Amino acid sequence: MVHTGIGNIGHLLIIISFITSLMAAFGYFKATNNNEVGKSPWISFSRTAFIIHGFSVVGVVVTLYMIIYNNYFEYHYAWSHASENLPPYYMIASFWEGQEGSFMLWLFWNALLGFIIIKTNRKWEAPVMTVFAVVQAFLASMILGVVIGDLKIGSSPFLLLREVLNDPIFLINPDFIPADGTGLNPLLQNYWMVIHPPMTFLGFACSLIPFSYCIAGLWTGKVKEWVRPALPWTIFGTMILGTAIIMGGYWAYETLNFGGYWNWDPVENAVYVPWLIMVASIHTMITFKKSATALKTSIILVITSFILILYSTFLTRSGILGNASVHSFTDLGLSGQLLIYLMFFLIISIIFAARVWKQIPSSEKEASTYSREFWVFIGALTLSLMAFQVLIPTSFPVFNAVIELFGGISTLAQPANQIEFYSNSQVWFAIAVALLSGTGQFFFWKKMDKQKLIASLTFPILISLLLSAVIFIVAKIYDPVYILVLVAGMYSIVANSKILLSLLKSKSFKLVGGSVAHIGIAMMLIGIMFSEGYSEAISRNTLIISNEWTDDQNQTNIPLFLNEPSFMDKYEITYRNELMKVNDIPGYVKKSNLNNTEDPYYKVIKQTVVIGGETYAQAGDTVYVQSPENFYYQTDYKDLETGKEFTLYPRIQVNPQMGDVISPDIKKLWGRDIYSFVSVKPYSEEDIEWSEKVDVEVKVGERFFVNDYVADFNGLEKLDRMSFVDLGPEDVAVRANITVYAEDNIKYLAQPVFIIQNGQVGKQPDVIKEIASKISVESINPDTGSVTLGLTTTQKDFIIMKALEKPHINILWIGTLVMIAGFIIAVRRRYIEFMQMRDKGIE
Amino acid sequence: MKKSSIIGIVVIAIAIAIIISTQNSASSYVSFDIAKEMAQNGSSKKIHVVGELKKNTVGQVIGVNPSPDKLSVSFVMLDDNHMEQTVYYNEPMPSDFLRSEKVVVIGSYHDDRFIANKILLKCPSKYEETEL
Repeated sequence: MVHTGIGNIGHLLIIISFITSLMAAFGYFKATNNNEVGKSPWISFSRTAFIIHGFSVVGVVVTLYMIIYNNYFEYHYAWSHASENLPPYYMIASFWEGQEGSFMLWLFWNALLGFIIIKTNRKWEAPVMTVFAVVQAFLASMILGVVIGDLKIGSSPFLLLREVLNDPIFLINPDFIPADGTGLNPLLQNYWMVIHPPMTFLGFACSLIPFSYCIAGLWTGKVKEWVRPALPWTIFGTMILGTAIIMGGYWAYETLNFGGYWNWDPVENAVYVPWLIMVASIHTMITFKKSATALKTSIILVITSFILILYSTFLTRSGILGNASVHSFTDLGLSGQLLIYLMFFLIISIIFAARVWKQIPSSEKEASTYSREFWVFIGALTLSLMAFQVLIPTSFPVFNAVIELFGGISTLAQPANQIEFYSNSQVWFAIAVALLSGTGQFFFWKKMDKQKLIASLTFPILISLLLSAVIFIVAKIYDPVYILVLVAGMYSIVANSKILLSLLKSKSFKLVGGSVAHIGIAMMLIGIMFSEGYSEAISRNTLIISNEWTDDQNQTNIPLFLNEPSFMDKYEITYRNELMKVNDIPGYVKKSNLNNTEDPYYKVIKQTVVIGGETYAQAGDTVYVQSPENFYYQTDYKDLETGKEFTLYPRIQVNPQMGDVISPDIKKLWGRDIYSFVSVKPYSEEDIEWSEKVDVEVKVGERFFVNDYVADFNGLEKLDRMSFVDLGPEDVAVRANITVYAEDNIKYLAQPVFIIQNGQVGKQPDVIKEIASKISVESINPDTGSVTLGLTTTQKDFIIMKALEKPHINILWIGTLVMIAGFIIAVRRRYIEFMQMRDKGIE
Repeated sequence: MKKSSIIGIVVIAIAIAIIISTQNSASSYVSFDIAKEMAQNGSSKKIHVVGELKKNTVGQVIGVNPSPDKLSVSFVMLDDNHMEQTVYYNEPMPSDFLRSEKVVVIGSYHDDRFIANKILLKCPSKYEETEL
């Protein structure tokens, strides 16, 4: 049965949420122009409208989730993002895999933040919520799904499959429901896909708050007062977005194998750029609060960061990056709408700012070189230039489109070596930022002049030079740029630690946020320098693996033959097995121990699985494999110096949409990560070249040799049913059971099948990759009581593996945590300040 | 000179430097004949070529030849001007390669061989599928 009701409810809720957001916007607009505060009629009206809006958004979210959860595949969204075999925790990920769902996530966060603003604010509600409601109206319009004439507004997630697809089946049977959905991309079936998107969208949503306060301030003439309530949210949003960016990086590092944690892909850049500007805006806003300067800069930066978030939304969702990014995006035909959204807020902001620009106070006299204002301003400029350098090439597709719009031809493309291009420039900005974040702190806490400056800087400079010297001798760093990075990072750590200690001594615990965050950033910088700058292939090899490969490829990949130890770095490594994960069986199961059935999600166990004395599956049991596209390649490592052993399981996913997706497995050691992945998997069955077939005749219980291994023929077994074959009443299927004794006392079971179907003979050979053999039953000889087996062999199964060493990457992750901690301390402090002022009735 | 003017000049100088260096490092989308011309004029710059795989009359992809050890692949690609070019790629063939509707190769001519260092595939994502 086609469940049309639930979709209609969902669509109705979208329409309600759209209309109520417009109503709230109008009401709050009126209230602002009438200078209303508290429980005035317009405010009460708009509040009600916004609350209805918020609850409809929640209703839309619940409705869509119900459709996905109940596998209503008559809906296009459920069909294309979910499937029967998807576990419930990934259904959440299906929800935001599509663009519509991610717009809904954004709407949801904005609505929630709107509620908080209504609850916590007294005087700012009307103008701030006007901006909120307008943004919500734009976002709701993206999923509105209303068609007026030729004009399509938004793309609704509640469309039925038959409304989207032009398949003839719907002419025959309009109520046709596919049995299964096409599912969530297996690569995204990962817990990061559950946490990373909500975090990112919360960061996006948070950037709306300072922007709304800023516009509210410009609008109502409170050009200075908006900073205090906006500041804690700016810091909070920066923390959330920063965390989301790092999470994405860690995801890329751990699973996606983008070659590291950061690839300078346009999609990554699109979020990195606004984040830098948000960081800059925090600093100028704090300076303004201390000394009433940098207000104009703060206004520009706050507006810019919000506009850049909209711009990044435009870049990633309009399809304009089509030829520039490894990420593929679906174009929902919303580019026009997205462009209007972007341009609307750009123009509105300029108008609001321009109207009162002359009234915005700015200090007449120049900031002294010994003032914190000066250094914070330089810091903000550096961050802005840092963002600018990334923004320009990321915007190439937009430049091309604009020039083509005016009839020109522009063919600008991303630099061919993105990583080198961006890193080489960004490193200099990062050095400058580290130096400024160290020095700026001294100006921040004390009045400075030349003597005092020299006095307070001498000690940290000496200490950091000393520490850097020790590190670069011990770690053998000779590259001059890296030495600079190290010195700048160490300087920032030492200088900020000095400030931190003096703050702790004076028991000003709540003021330490800044210095802690700076220490975190400096650690991240040093961690990045080591792990990227000194990332090295340890899978060195002198064999020529392929003539078609470059020298570098040949030298940094190592072939590993099954069960044959090789040497790499200080390890003896052995490729042991091709494995799969089976539900309800801990660890992994050998792929060779699983027979396929017609359903890829179900396999039959060949040999009983016993782990730790407990039997998990008997021979012949059918088991469920949730991710039949994932294969793991067990490689055992033995440290030749210490004798310690560990095992890595790098993965290859045969992804139906993306081809073979390589995922590494990482061994975390104290001073470095070992990052290993399979660059070439074993040949698939059809690509193996087999030797000439040799026939042997054996009787039950007789011993023979398969590829030099001893084997026993245990007898024949009649099968009543078989996978892939429909046996009729006259048909016969017989299976030979053969045990092969391999190295290390491992026994393998070979089960070739001999079939007589409709009078025709069929042979189903069994391949045992571990002994590189294929065994088939050629004939059954009743007169001699024997069977004839066909034996062929091939070369041993192998993988080609690459392993990288990432030194001191843990410093990066620890630095991230330290930075987040610093942000949290700062948010708390600024929020308490705002609450105190509000409760005094000032805000 | 006022300090703010000096800062202004420095910022503008850095911004210009960024734009110039970006322009110098930028690659471009070109067709094969222009790429060849560039290589003959001594440029070793890597460029982007957008196109599709060569297909026969019934729509099957032809001209894709993985090396015997399957560690690399060569294929015939048609650029937007329908010029044919054999492209060499020193990596195993991506499995979805034959299904791709659009291919972007990033690389350059070495003598007469076009060697791709990177391939971006635009596969018909199943979300855009118009068939069940």
